[in-house]
Amino acid sequence: MAEAAIKAGCFFYAGYPITPQNEIPSYMAKRMRELGRVFIQAESELAAINMIFGAAATGVRSLTSSSSPGVSLKQEGISYIAGAQLPAVIINVMRGGPGLGNIASSQSDYFQSTRGGGHGDYYTPVLAPSSPEEAAKLVLLGFDMADFYRTPVLILADAIVGQMMEGVEFSSKSEFKKKLPPKNWALTGASNRPANIAKSFFLKEGALEAHNERLREKWEKIKQNEQRSSTYKTEDAKYLIVAYGSEARIAQEAVDMLRAKKIKAGLFRPITLWPYPEKNLKAVSKNIKKVFVVEQSLGQMVEDVRLSIPYKEIHFLGKSGGGIPLAKEIVKFVEKVTRNK
Amino acid sequence: MINKFTKPASLREVSTHYCPGCGHGILHRLVAEVIDELNLRGKIIGVAPVGCAVVAYDYWDFDVSEAAHGRALAVATGIKRCRPQNIVFTYQGDGDLVSIGMAETMHAANRGENVTCIFVNNACYGMTGGQMAPTTLVGQPTVTTPWGRNPKYGEGWPIKLSEILAGLEGVNFAVRSSVSNPKQIMQTREHIKKAFLNQIEGKGFSIVEVLSPCPTVWQKSPTDAMKWIDEEMVKTFPLGIIKNI
Repeated sequence: MAEAAIKAGCFFYAGYPITPQNEIPSYMAKRMRELGRVFIQAESELAAINMIFGAAATGVRSLTSSSSPGVSLKQEGISYIAGAQLPAVIINVMRGGPGLGNIASSQSDYFQSTRGGGHGDYYTPVLAPSSPEEAAKLVLLGFDMADFYRTPVLILADAIVGQMMEGVEFSSKSEFKKKLPPKNWALTGASNRPANIAKSFFLKEGALEAHNERLREKWEKIKQNEQRSSTYKTEDAKYLIVAYGSEARIAQEAVDMLRAKKIKAGLFRPITLWPYPEKNLKAVSKNIKKVFVVEQSLGQMVEDVRLSIPYKEIHFLGKSGGGIPLAKEIVKFVEKVTRNK
Repeated sequence: MINKFTKPASLREVSTHYCPGCGHGILHRLVAEVIDELNLRGKIIGVAPVGCAVVAYDYWDFDVSEAAHGRALAVATGIKRCRPQNIVFTYQGDGDLVSIGMAETMHAANRGENVTCIFVNNACYGMTGGQMAPTTLVGQPTVTTPWGRNPKYGEGWPIKLSEILAGLEGVNFAVRSSVSNPKQIMQTREHIKKAFLNQIEGKGFSIVEVLSPCPTVWQKSPTDAMKWIDEEMVKTFPLGIIKNI
């Protein structure tokens, strides 16, 4: 993810140490200096995200990374960045919560990530990789989306994806095809042009309402254009497992195990968690009898599945606090439910 | 020769929302005057605080970023590191800089960020209705210290931020002046100019602390508020150069 950010032209990184994402700042500390770019070990998560606000306001590509408790601290800043319509990428390598929780893999920041997270009416696009290679791709995509829509973009990885070692083929271009607009809003010094202001504050009566309506239009556009997902063996499937991140890879194994037992299972894997890929889920689940949502949480994404396909029979399997639903457990769960019909 | 009192180009042609007798109007103008004098309008980037000066960008006519409460020096760090060719300053009150933003303040100063911090010390929270600030004087009444700030009640003592920052290696210039009389106003102007020049020379972090009146919260007339700075406030916050390298 760090090298992908470098390849995306990220000029500014600020972060504060927290496990399990310390590999990112360590890598950036070396590489950013080598390339004449900026790395700052900030005094806190608050300082780091507000440095990102400043860097983003100058029009450069900027990145911060953290893990769950640290990302909670960043929420105020993310809200400001969303309100001021600045582009930035934030990586969250999720660990267990609530509170200090633990440092094991978890997917329990789904609510926080997909519902704004900080105060006020806003969303951030949320990209959820299920492998190191995809993480690299999504970081590139995230920077392009951030610039195109002028919004903070969240890369939501779990600790398994964050700590995994696999070969990665790097690209320096994302799949994003739209032309990126010029950053004529950036703070560069008002030389021969009117002053630019980076702000999220609209005190005059009706001004914030009008601003938030413009934001609404932007969120709607993102919802229409940016839903992403992938499928595995869903063509003839009767039973659909829905999972994201590392859990989706586990579920893919479960699909094969179920198929070996002549149970026609398939996998739907959301890549964007916000916007939720409801259009694809509706289409894929058309001929599905039962849906199984599997998460490393007590049940968060399952709510979006219920909102997308409320007319389907939906079952949930989840473990929290470092518990990981394993392939054989998913198989057992699916078997139990399908046998009980 | 006719000396005309004109508006600096870096100040917009608008009236401000500040209370009668407030120091922000004078200080906004001084900042704008220095920017004009040094021909910096095309290079300057300001960072506005949360507090009474939250909409300073409605009054100044150059590039300005907002910052969350207390985080102006973190925002300024991000800006300056990405655009070292620009001149970057924060404009912050006592609550912003010394209370909620203390960590950002200390660490930006300690990193020796090559930025200028203009610190408006009025010994209270003005915008929120006159609560105790970290710089409220002992004995000074506020809405949250109705009997006067009393260290015996666990309300602490006024924090002398400029003296604290002067002890850090990264700080090259720490001064305190006021806007309570013409001499001090000119002194403040000189301090701001010196701080910007230091930044142009790449000398590191400068703090210009300015004692500023808040007649509304202090419940004094504008002239009595000025007098209170000259007679009372300076006893706790002595004026002058604290550090100049």
